Amino acid sequence: MSSVFEPIKPRTAPIKTEGLIPWIRTNLFGGWSSTAVTLVLMALAVYLVPRLLDWAVFKAVFAANADACQAARGIGACWGVIVEKFRLIIFGRYPYEDQWRPEIATALLVALLIVSCIRRFWKPWLAVLWIVVVPLFFLLMGGGWFGLEPVSTDQWGGLPLTIMLATFGIVLAYPIAIVVALGRRSNLPAIRSLCIVYIELIRGVPLISVLFMASFLFPLFMPVGKTPDVLLRVLVGITLFSAAYLAEVVRGGLQAIPKGQVEAAQSLGLSYWQTQRKIVLPQALAMVVPGIMNSFIAIFKDTSLVTIVSLYELTGAMSLALNSDAEWRPFKIEGYLFIAFIYFIFCFAMSRYSLWIEHQLGRSRTR
Amino acid sequence: MPERSAPKRRDWSWRSQAFRGLVYQIVAVLAIGYGIWYLTQNTLANMAARGIQSGFGFLTGAAGFDIGETVIPYDALDPYWMAFLVGILNTLRVAIVGIVLATLLGTALGIGRYAHNAIVRGLCYAYVEFFRNVPVLLQLLMWYLIMTDVLPPLYEAISIGGLFLLSNNGFVFPVPVWGMGQLLSLIGAVVGIFVAVFYRRWAKHQFELTGRVRSLVLVPVAIVIAAALLGWIAGGAPTAWSTPAVDGFQVVGGATATPEFMAVLLGLVLYTSAFIAEIVRAGIASVSHGQVEAAASIGLSKTQAMRLVILPQALRVIIPPMTSQYLNLTKNSSLAVAIGYPDVVSIANTALNQTGRAVECIAIIMAVYLTTSLSTSAFMNWYNRRAAIKER
Repeated sequence: MSSVFEPIKPRTAPIKTEGLIPWIRTNLFGGWSSTAVTLVLMALAVYLVPRLLDWAVFKAVFAANADACQAARGIGACWGVIVEKFRLIIFGRYPYEDQWRPEIATALLVALLIVSCIRRFWKPWLAVLWIVVVPLFFLLMGGGWFGLEPVSTDQWGGLPLTIMLATFGIVLAYPIAIVVALGRRSNLPAIRSLCIVYIELIRGVPLISVLFMASFLFPLFMPVGKTPDVLLRVLVGITLFSAAYLAEVVRGGLQAIPKGQVEAAQSLGLSYWQTQRKIVLPQALAMVVPGIMNSFIAIFKDTSLVTIVSLYELTGAMSLALNSDAEWRPFKIEGYLFIAFIYFIFCFAMSRYSLWIEHQLGRSRTR
Repeated sequence: MPERSAPKRRDWSWRSQAFRGLVYQIVAVLAIGYGIWYLTQNTLANMAARGIQSGFGFLTGAAGFDIGETVIPYDALDPYWMAFLVGILNTLRVAIVGIVLATLLGTALGIGRYAHNAIVRGLCYAYVEFFRNVPVLLQLLMWYLIMTDVLPPLYEAISIGGLFLLSNNGFVFPVPVWGMGQLLSLIGAVVGIFVAVFYRRWAKHQFELTGRVRSLVLVPVAIVIAAALLGWIAGGAPTAWSTPAVDGFQVVGGATATPEFMAVLLGLVLYTSAFIAEIVRAGIASVSHGQVEAAASIGLSKTQAMRLVILPQALRVIIPPMTSQYLNLTKNSSLAVAIGYPDVVSIANTALNQTGRAVECIAIIMAVYLTTSLSTSAFMNWYNRRAAIKER
């Protein structure tokens, strides 16, 4: 009985599951409905994309030439309007020859913000940096020293104003928010109710009513004959508004601290404020950095509302620049697209950062 | 040995926590009270100095301005309170339509993030990132500009089958001519809803008793439709529709959505739906995959698994942030003032400029929004309690 070893035939290799072509097969043509959707969308792209490119690039006018733009109307975009009105859109009504001042001031502020976003720099000297840069910002913008021409706040405008309102709206709201959030979780009924009333009142009304209040009612609240500066009033309004939202963010962090932490602190004999300052807040505030970032994005977008109470930040400056000039007024849509792009860049970058920092802070917990 | 009496706990010294708490509270209340008193005094003094009158008496005086679009009949001779009512109704109209549309669009986009097709996924992602990173005010202004500048004038209106007209005069669509048939149909639908609710209760009860599954969606919907149809037939089955037609410089027939309304609605819906899409996506992501596998292993079909297992659990995560998005949409409708849609803020702004009564007008705005916000969140809290985990 001789048996010859006969190997079983090898199985055919499985269909490749990695690489470009398998990816296309599963993600674009996986099944009837998916294939149909892909084909319809591709047909739509073939129809739309060339037209869009024609309008935005190939037939667009890039030179600041109103006649050429007028001729290309309806066929191509007129990006020349941005070239022509760039400084008015970005800086608003700030005096033309002094525009290097908002440039430097805003660059400093943005650099400070970026530095503050990097975890390695979360050190005591960062606070010192803030104390130095913030007055410098206002001195540069306002002038009136060192031979700089004084520029009144109603002439500030454009991107510097947007960045400034958003930054100080959040930075000034931060301490208020912490106090109010602690107050809302306090055991003292009077303080708790006051904080709840404040938070719910502000969160229940739109920002625009707070801005109306800032522009119509704050002058009435002051002693007779004193009217605070319009920028200051609006800044106070935005701060009070964002403080209520931030307080809820901070409260979320406070609630996430296990009760054992507080009890452990109490058993060590720490007082209420010591417990909050040394045990609760450091953990809670680190936890809510993404939430704070989201509030910052929201406020950055919401600053566009101050144009309704006649402060010319980016949106207002754009309208101001084009409405006053009959020659360029027809090309407002390009102007809107341009500032929409600026807002998008800022907000998108911040939301990416927020995701990244969330991941960074979560590392210690997901280990 | 006599028992020692418990130590007296009332300790009126700074060492007592209760005493300190009391002092803090008294100080806080006094400080706030003084602040309010001070501001009121200043306001009264300022009003006296500037000769501003106060009080809500102006509400009964004639408003003297016209309003572009109204839900209820209104003209310039009507009192201010009527004008405010028109504004409130306009706000509610855009908010309610907006909430419904944003929910539908947002849910579709959120589910689209999980589509098998990569292009659909990519488009949904791009949509969300673009629309939520541009200020809503800017979007409203852009839509308004497109509505009034880019769309053709009425005599060149874009017509869809002769039924819908889109021009810089707004969007005109056909409406049925209101008559007995429509009224009876509406009554039928309302009666049908009641019957359907009772049917659902009965069907659930039967399920608990016998375990037999009865349709909880299709049959109630069929009941409502049948009841409405019955009413329509009882009213003589009217088929008259008012279709729009261009007559010179105006549209005859149909119903018009003004460019302002369209711009506010589009801006709010597109902006809010981007946020709702993210909420829905996060909600679906929060249901663990084991749940899907468990549903499959007990023999549920894919739609059953979605309806009975995934959605009820996802809803728990979705509802609270969805509530705040609804509130945001309502509050953002106040931006309509920037493009001249006559919502309550815009009416209040006009009234403020005419009468100079800043305190009263701003108080009215805030009261309207606070009422809407608080009642919406009360309703959503009730719904949330129904959807929340029932822990024993």
